[in-house]
Amino acid sequence: MTVLLSGRDIEKSYGPTPALRRVDIEVGEGEIVAVTGPSGCGKSTLLHCLSGIMRADAGTVTYRDQDLGLWSEARRSELRRSEFGVLFQFGQLVPELTAAENVALPLLLAGSGRREARKSAMSWLERLDVGDLAEVPPGEMSGGQQQRCAVARALITAPRVLFADEPTGALDVLTGEQVLTGITEIARDRGMAVVLVTHEPRIAAYADREVTLRDGRVDATGLGLGLAS
Amino acid sequence: MSTPYVLLGLLASAPRHGYDLKRAHDERLPLAKPLAFGQVYATLGRLERDGYVEQSGQDRAGGPDRTWYVITDPGRDHLDEWLSAVEPPAPHVTSTLFSKVVVSLLVADAGRAREYLIAQRAAHTARMRELTAIKSRPGAAIGDIVAADYAIAHLDADLRWLQTTLLRVADLEKEVTG
Repeated sequence: MTVLLSGRDIEKSYGPTPALRRVDIEVGEGEIVAVTGPSGCGKSTLLHCLSGIMRADAGTVTYRDQDLGLWSEARRSELRRSEFGVLFQFGQLVPELTAAENVALPLLLAGSGRREARKSAMSWLERLDVGDLAEVPPGEMSGGQQQRCAVARALITAPRVLFADEPTGALDVLTGEQVLTGITEIARDRGMAVVLVTHEPRIAAYADREVTLRDGRVDATGLGLGLAS
Repeated sequence: MSTPYVLLGLLASAPRHGYDLKRAHDERLPLAKPLAFGQVYATLGRLERDGYVEQSGQDRAGGPDRTWYVITDPGRDHLDEWLSAVEPPAPHVTSTLFSKVVVSLLVADAGRAREYLIAQRAAHTARMRELTAIKSRPGAAIGDIVAADYAIAHLDADLRWLQTTLLRVADLEKEVTG
């Protein structure tokens, strides 16, 4: 397996509170890795550090053999727009825009033409079974429909890595499963890697591998909860 | 044990012979342990003895003799009764997983119990991943999906119990060995 993304000795604190303590993680090309553990164990912080949304206090994040810590903020922003896709628990769509406009947004920001961006947005909305909602604003959609639009928006730039933070946390079981099946199918088709943050074992089971955190550290037992310190 | 009722259910719409019953059972209950031929014939023998099925003829379609069975009226009543009866929701807590934790504490200590819980968790997780792959396959049959859902839900419940028990194993040890 070729390593696409890795974190080494990642540390991050919020004020005096440590969130990540010397965390090591590797994600291979096209690999789906679940980051699991109980609430407050540092899962989301790790996702933010790996995706460059947040800078780690110490340690290195390497993407395609490049140390992202050495890159300028502008270059890292460009990377997030082109090669990384991000998906959160609540779709975080722009309420004033329609589904198609929301999905097209990353392409427009990357400099694509309006017509091309619109065409691509429609194709992604259709692939995720919400093509009929193209002209509907998020406020008029169900949670599941909004999340499908958010998936489309995260994937429209054809990222090599998708960072998904509890992507089904706000959805009922069946809808969550449909969204996740959609993501994993697309990932397998395109060889896209996925970093999937979840506290649910049944969601983690969609991944190829699981990395469990407990109190900001990788827990080798894989239990997250468990061994009383 | 639901096998006799599944066979009665399969016979409710048409006469069938043993091989046909085995095939239909395995098809309708995917991911279940495939029914052995011996079990099919032993179950049919008991159902016949109790008057719930009867033989309706024999033929030899290019192979060994095949005996056809039909459901009787008492068989239909028996099946209807079973379908209407609510299964008691586990009146007793019996689980090999739970027993192993308690016996680990009796013969060893919390460390031994933890080792077991961790290993069991790994096995449950691996099986859950396999079942998730089965149900997520493009074009998966709905029967496979529903069967996998059932198994995943039970593994998920066990996993939650395994994790919680790891937190409680030290306290349990005091009670068991105290």
